[in-house]
Amino acid sequence: MNLTNALFAASALVSVAATAATADTITIATVNNGDMVRMQGYTDDFTAKTGHEVEWVTLEENVLRQRVTTDITAKGGQFDIMTIGMYETPIWGANGWLVPLDDLSEDYDADDILPAMAAGLSHDGTLYAAPFYGESSMIMYRTDLMEKAGLEMPKAPTWEFIREAAAAMDDDANDINGICLRGKAGWGEGGAIITVTANSFGARWFDEDWTPQFDQPEWKEALTFFTNLMNDYGPAGYATNGFNENLSLFQQGKCGMWIDATVAASFVTNPDDSTVADKVGFALAPNHEGVEKRANWLWAWALAIPAGTQNEAAAKQFIEWATSKDYIELVAAKEGWANVPPGARTSLYENPNYQEVPFAQTTLDSILAADPNNPTVEPVPYVGVQFVAIPEFAGLASQVSQEFSAVYAGQQSVDEALEKAQAIAMEEMEAAGYR
Amino acid sequence: MARAVTNQRKAINTAAAWIVGLLIFFPILWTILTSFKTEAVAIADPPVFLGFDWTLENYRTVLERSNYARFLWNSIIIAGGSTVLGIIVAVPAAWSMAFVPSNRTKDILLWMLSTKMLPAVGVLYPIYLIFINLGLLDSRLGLVVVLMLINLPIIVWMLYTYFKEIPVDILEAGRMDGASLKDEIIYILTPMAIPGIASTLLLNFILAWNEAFWTLNLTAAKAAPLTAFIASYSSPEGLFYAKLSAASTMAIAPILILGWFSQKQLVSGLTFGAVK
Repeated sequence: MNLTNALFAASALVSVAATAATADTITIATVNNGDMVRMQGYTDDFTAKTGHEVEWVTLEENVLRQRVTTDITAKGGQFDIMTIGMYETPIWGANGWLVPLDDLSEDYDADDILPAMAAGLSHDGTLYAAPFYGESSMIMYRTDLMEKAGLEMPKAPTWEFIREAAAAMDDDANDINGICLRGKAGWGEGGAIITVTANSFGARWFDEDWTPQFDQPEWKEALTFFTNLMNDYGPAGYATNGFNENLSLFQQGKCGMWIDATVAASFVTNPDDSTVADKVGFALAPNHEGVEKRANWLWAWALAIPAGTQNEAAAKQFIEWATSKDYIELVAAKEGWANVPPGARTSLYENPNYQEVPFAQTTLDSILAADPNNPTVEPVPYVGVQFVAIPEFAGLASQVSQEFSAVYAGQQSVDEALEKAQAIAMEEMEAAGYR
Repeated sequence: MARAVTNQRKAINTAAAWIVGLLIFFPILWTILTSFKTEAVAIADPPVFLGFDWTLENYRTVLERSNYARFLWNSIIIAGGSTVLGIIVAVPAAWSMAFVPSNRTKDILLWMLSTKMLPAVGVLYPIYLIFINLGLLDSRLGLVVVLMLINLPIIVWMLYTYFKEIPVDILEAGRMDGASLKDEIIYILTPMAIPGIASTLLLNFILAWNEAFWTLNLTAAKAAPLTAFIASYSSPEGLFYAKLSAASTMAIAPILILGWFSQKQLVSGLTFGAVK
């Protein structure tokens, strides 16, 4: 071997060693949603830029929650990044379980994160998770059926109009339901839509002293309206329908309207999967006449770093990459603007290319209309629109939504369900020391 | 004496058995069929049974996105390791209970079984903390030990039942010929109980293969078996039923084939001693 070759070999060895010293392997826990799957596909871009390798652990949503909660509380250190939501972030941030994201680089432009998202993912003004994509709820409706019914969807309709439109579009002979809404038990499923419906009727979960409010007339009015609307014009068996079931119905042309997550807009307008892709219109979630609050929720799937990770620096680099403006550009260049992760950055909605996407403006308006600090008409002691950001909520709301689902299934009356909900919530809040 | 069975009755029984069998198998069949559909056909209402354009697209996507071989290898090691380890521990235990019983043997057997009555999540935190301290999180070794412990009561019970069927005189004859305890278990007892041990092995391999609580909670990226592979295709916001079905089919295929080839041993082992 001559001297030059020896030098080359030595320098190659040094560079390999240097890369090995700085390159980490980070483990990321996530869910199998379309945008996350897409992100996994672009991991090579991150590795090429930083040298860090990524291991993905994809789990079912509820398993993921249980898995990351166990790991974070027991300090297992299995994950360097976790995909969590707007419900967990402020609670876990307050417990000191998450690494604060207050030192992200200037290029990242943290101020560009939509204010509602940043607020929902912070505790005491410190950001604890970066939104990968955000969503509110809105009305998706069939423009052809609306026209056939001789109606025009206002930009911001009322529940009363929704009922009228559902009656006009409902067509049993052609297997078309006037409206499809979630009835499935679970705080994140049927619990979410009934809570925002209640907000839009002026109801609230708790008063300022943490007294449950299910015995108030607003809740009765909201639940009665919802149940009657769905019994009259909803699909059979709606008590067990969640997001995916309604998405399936809508894509097959079996729903006149569907009020659900804004992120569904890209699915129902995708001609590969949806039979009604070119016949979908969008409008703000409704309100009850005379009530200023609308039925829009606020949610984000966000990336957070558990405290105690050995790879904090690499994890931060990943979060900066995945939630950056550059990542959005990367997806837009490869798959089109309709497929970029929505609802996280202000600049996306200022981009003229994105403004051409049919659901962009309604999505933004819906997100902006949701206020986690003032979710309903009267003041509340909690943060959160379709949830209450306290640790007890997930268990409590799952029980309450089971009672509501029993109403949808015809197993009990509205009064019975509300009475039980009030008793369950009262007991839980007393046991947890809120009252 | 066998009871005379008319041909008509035979036909009715056969038909009933087929109907029950098909009913039980139908969800698996539906999963397999769905795995060959497009996502749009998978959710079609009314459902399409056979008249659709068959596609391998879902399998291609799943193989592209996931490292199937790694999940499969982990499943084989974890299920196989825990079963073999369980048998090694259980054979002497079952031997002592079957052939040298004490006044408390029945109580011990019942107590062992009672550990199966505890909901697994009740001991999640203690086991998780032990795993952290021993550095066993996300390791195949850790899962081998946990699954062995979980299935041990069943293994001991099954082996105990089979051993009870073996005449104690044969073991005594061996002893008189000078067989040591080790020789007695390895050269006399084990060969005679092979059908029972084989069916115990198979049943526990299947149980360990399908175990989905500990395998999901104690693994992350490295040791995750096929249960985690399936779970990774379930989605809260998105319709991926065809891909989920493809992943499920790929996860159950090895155990389905194993079960198919060994069904004779399984049935004979499970009914061993039933007509005493």
